[in-house]
Formats: sequence, C-alpha cells, structure tokens
Amino acid sequence: MRHLPTIFFHELRVLMLAPSTYIAAVLFLGVMGFIFAGILDSYNKEAQDLSPSFVFFSLFWLPVLFMVPLLTMKCLAEERRAGTLETLLTTPVSTAEVVLGKFAASYALYLFLWLLTIGFMFILDKYAQDARFLDPGPLIGGYVFVAVSGLLFVSVGVLASSLSRSQAVAGVLAFALLFAIIVGTRLVSDLTVLQQEGFTRFRDSLENVQVMSHLQDFTRGIIDTRQIVFYLSGTALALIFSILGVEGKVLRS
Amino acid sequence: MANRLWRPRTAPLEMQSHEAPQTDPAEQITIDVRELVKTYSGVNAVNGLTFTVRRGEIVGFLGPNGAGKSTTMRILTGFLPATSGHVSMCGIPVASRPDEVKRHIGYMPENNPLPEDMRVGEYLHYRGRLKEIGGRRLRERIEAVVERCDLKRVRHRMIGKLSKGFRQRVGIAEAILGEPDVLIMDEPTIGLDPHQIILIRDLISSLRGRMSVLISSHILPEIEMTCDRVIIINSGRIVASGTPPELRREYVGRTVYRLEANASAERIAQVLDGVAPELKVNAAEGPDAEGFTAFTIGTPAAEDVGEALLRRLSGAADVRVRMLGRERPTLEEVFLAATRRSWDLTMEKNGKPGMPR
Repeated sequence: MRHLPTIFFHELRVLMLAPSTYIAAVLFLGVMGFIFAGILDSYNKEAQDLSPSFVFFSLFWLPVLFMVPLLTMKCLAEERRAGTLETLLTTPVSTAEVVLGKFAASYALYLFLWLLTIGFMFILDKYAQDARFLDPGPLIGGYVFVAVSGLLFVSVGVLASSLSRSQAVAGVLAFALLFAIIVGTRLVSDLTVLQQEGFTRFRDSLENVQVMSHLQDFTRGIIDTRQIVFYLSGTALALIFSILGVEGKVLRS
Repeated sequence: MANRLWRPRTAPLEMQSHEAPQTDPAEQITIDVRELVKTYSGVNAVNGLTFTVRRGEIVGFLGPNGAGKSTTMRILTGFLPATSGHVSMCGIPVASRPDEVKRHIGYMPENNPLPEDMRVGEYLHYRGRLKEIGGRRLRERIEAVVERCDLKRVRHRMIGKLSKGFRQRVGIAEAILGEPDVLIMDEPTIGLDPHQIILIRDLISSLRGRMSVLISSHILPEIEMTCDRVIIINSGRIVASGTPPELRREYVGRTVYRLEANASAERIAQVLDGVAPELKVNAAEGPDAEGFTAFTIGTPAAEDVGEALLRRLSGAADVRVRMLGRERPTLEEVFLAATRRSWDLTMEKNGKPGMPR
C-alpha cells in the first residue's frame, strides 16, 4: 500500500484540473444554495416544526445523483480509453492501490464540496442572530450521514467507471445505480405485491436499506451501527467489484 | 535489488568478461520464455514461443500484424496472464511474482499512451514515484533521462501539446527512468518521420550493453540497424531467429551482384564463365548514353565471389567496368521468405491452404 499516497495525490491533481469537477462543484453549490434560500424563505413566511438543517439534508439526494457521477465517471474509464491503465499496471502498483487511490481522491473531493455548504450555515448564523435556527444536533448528524453514505455513493461511482471504457456510459451507469439505491429501494417497498403475507421478511429487509430513513435517524441523533455496517460493507463490496472489474478488463483487453 | 543487478556502462570488453564462467549464468539471461501459449476465446494468439534474451542484447521482434508480438510483450510485462508456458525475467517467474518482475522492466506500450494534461517533468516525477525511486535519486534520474532523450526544451510543456517525436521520447524517457534490466518497447518508431526515427534509433543504440532491449517493429531496415538479433514470428510461432546476416544466408541464400560495363550480355557471360557454378547474368539494362549496360548477376550459393569476378573482368581487355557491387538482400526479403516458409509448413501439416489469420 506504499503507492496509495502517490496515486491519491496524483488523482486529486487530475480531478482539480478536470472541467467536470468544476461543473459538478458549481451545480452542487448552486442547487444547494437555491434549496437553502428556499428553505429560509418558507421559514420567513410561517413557523415550521423542523429545524432548517433537517429540511436541508432531506434533499441531499438531489445533488448526489448528478455530482457523484460527474466526479467519478472519469477515474477509471478515461485511463482505460487512453491506454494509460496499461502503463500504470506495469509499474509495481497493485490494482487495489489504483482503485483505492482513485476512490479516496474522489471521496475527498466529495467531502470537501459538502463542507463548503457549512458556509450557508455560517451566513445564517451571522445574519439571523438566532441560535434556534442552527440546531447543532441535526447539523452534525446530517454531516456525519453525508460522510458515511458518501463512502457508498462514491464507491458505486468508481464501480461504474471500472466497467466501461466510455466516460458517458460510466456516468449514466453511476446515475442509474445511485438512483436504484436511493430512490429505487423506496419505490420497490411501496409495491402492492409486497404487501402480501409471504413477503413480510423481504419488506422488512428493504426497510433497513432505505437511505432516506437512515438520514432521518442520523439527523435525529440516532447513530445506528447497523446502518454504518450497511454503508461500510456496501463500500467494501463495490470496491472489490471495481478491482475485479479492472482486472477482468485487463484479462480481456 | 535493481541496483545490485544494474551493470554500469562500459566498453565491449566488459561484455566479454561477463561471459566468463565466474558470473552467475542466471544473471546473463534476462528474458527466458519457454513454450508460451496464449489463447483468446479459442484462438491461439501465441502458440508455443520459446526464446531467451541475454543481458545487454538488443533484440528485434518482427512479424506481420496479428502475429502475436504485442500479446507476447504484454505477457512479458505481467500485464496479461499466459494460458500456459513459462516466462521469467532476470530469473523471476512472471506468473507467480509479477510485482517483483515489474521492478526490473521498463515498458512502452503500442501507441505510447501518455496523460495529456501533465507537464513532462511532472509526469516523469509521478512515474518515478510509482517505480519506487526515492527523492534525491529520482531527481538525478530525471535529470539524466531528460538529458539523454533531449527533452530539456519541453520539460515544462504540457504533454498533450507536444509533437509525436517528443511524445515518443517522453515514453522512452519514462521507460528507462527506473534503470530497468529489461526494456520492452512495442513499435517505438511507428508514425514518426525519418529524422525522428534516426533519433529514436540512436537513442536505442545508446542503451546497448546497459540493458536488454526487446523492440517490435514493422520497419525492417530499422530493426536491422539497431538490433543484435532478430526474432521473426508469424501466427504466434517463431519462424526464424538469428543475426541479420545469418538470416540472410539461411532464408535468401543466393548472392546477387550488380555490374555496369560496356559489353554485351553474351560477352560478359563468356568472360565470367566458370567463376562460380551456376553463375549467370539474370538481367541487363541499357546501354545508356555512354555505352554502359547494367547487369544483374546471380549465384544460388551464399559465398562471396566478388574478388574472382573482379579478377576475371580486369583480365578481359575489351571490357571496361564502371561499377561492381554486391546487392544485399534486405531483411524484407528474409522476412517474406521466412513467413512464406512457415505458411507452407502449416499447409503441409493441415493438408489444405493454411493462410494466416
């Protein structure tokens, strides 16, 4: 694992020079800014039950669906298309180091973009002069959720990138997989077929992988180890499949 | 490890001492390939290759498109696994210890893929880190390869903005950065102009004696000029191997002379009669404005009879000679003859026309 830092910093540099990173960052901050302004607007009109940060985080999936594919689609697909994967893998670097380094760089950037949204809270705190708006519990819970769930989302993006030679295909595939994880699980559990007696167990297990309900738990201050295990094991699985994807492509290329 | 095996550049004398019995014979053979087979979905891309390359040798790998050159090279670097057979580099088996093997090789793949958005210096630094060259030594090595490959001027330019010749040199600089024991280059001169080809050729020649070099190419004169030995493969099999003169003798055999003299073909045939058995005048062109005719004289034997020819011609007072020269069969002819022979062999074996895939 001694090459991990080399690859990590190289990837970070590549990401910083890629236009898609800036598109992702601008879209993300723009959308989040609009959402936040909308939330403040509604709080201005009438009193609400929930704290603003709670509402803010409940819309996290919107930027995730477009930002994660934009950040990760390039990482392995582009190297394979350009042929630099071949030169990379003929140095004393293991496939695991390559995949982990790229994952770590994308994840670091993902976290960095989310941390920028702390600025919104700071501005709110400075101008509202009202401590009630900034309930630290949901805020910290929300950021912890973003950090933990981000592991899974970014690793799914890396997996999509490892399966294709084309950035566009990797991006669309990442979007579809993330949509299935975040929204798809809810849609499936709402199916009437599953309301029948025989499917109770299946429905129960589906309830446990609902990303939205995980978010609610985190922002309420419930940090459930089952959920953390779910994200961590999902991340490990996605990364292992990415390594296999890269090696599989090596074998067939 | 690489340091210990690294032999500093010395005069050819050193190479002889290397052959001395006290040296470990395992150190002399850097590439050892035995019965290598690679099958892609039922098609044999490489079919029982066996060859060795000694330390300090430059070996040319020749073959028509799809002969299995790139596949073999990729297997040697540990990038692709072989279907069966044994490959070891510097005595280390590639299949079981690929990570160690990768520390001993420098590899430049076909088309030389490079990242577009990095500066030359940055790229070399990044690759050096991946090749496990540490801080101070890496700076020295970068200086050395930049100097050697004449990249000083473009050191701070973006790789994507460089011309093809420079990109190729960046690829070679990267391949020799780690002072590898074995350098493998897949078509290093493809798509370059003649001037750049000469530069790359000189660069490769300057590595002679320092590391084993395996080059694949289509451009035959170039292989002939740089390489100590040539391996010609076709349909995944070795069809010929040896130094260029050896191959000429074996596959072309006949000797051809070109003579320009002011005499008729009959007179020349009469003068040269009996110099060598089966010597005959094959073609005559001319006479030109000054009365000289160009003859092509051939013998089916490989011996040089130039001296005897000259003596006979100067003995005949009425024949004025303007030029006599031996035409060397090009490696191209060797290549064609060798590949044709291998097709004939497969044809005999299969009992039907066995054209290459």
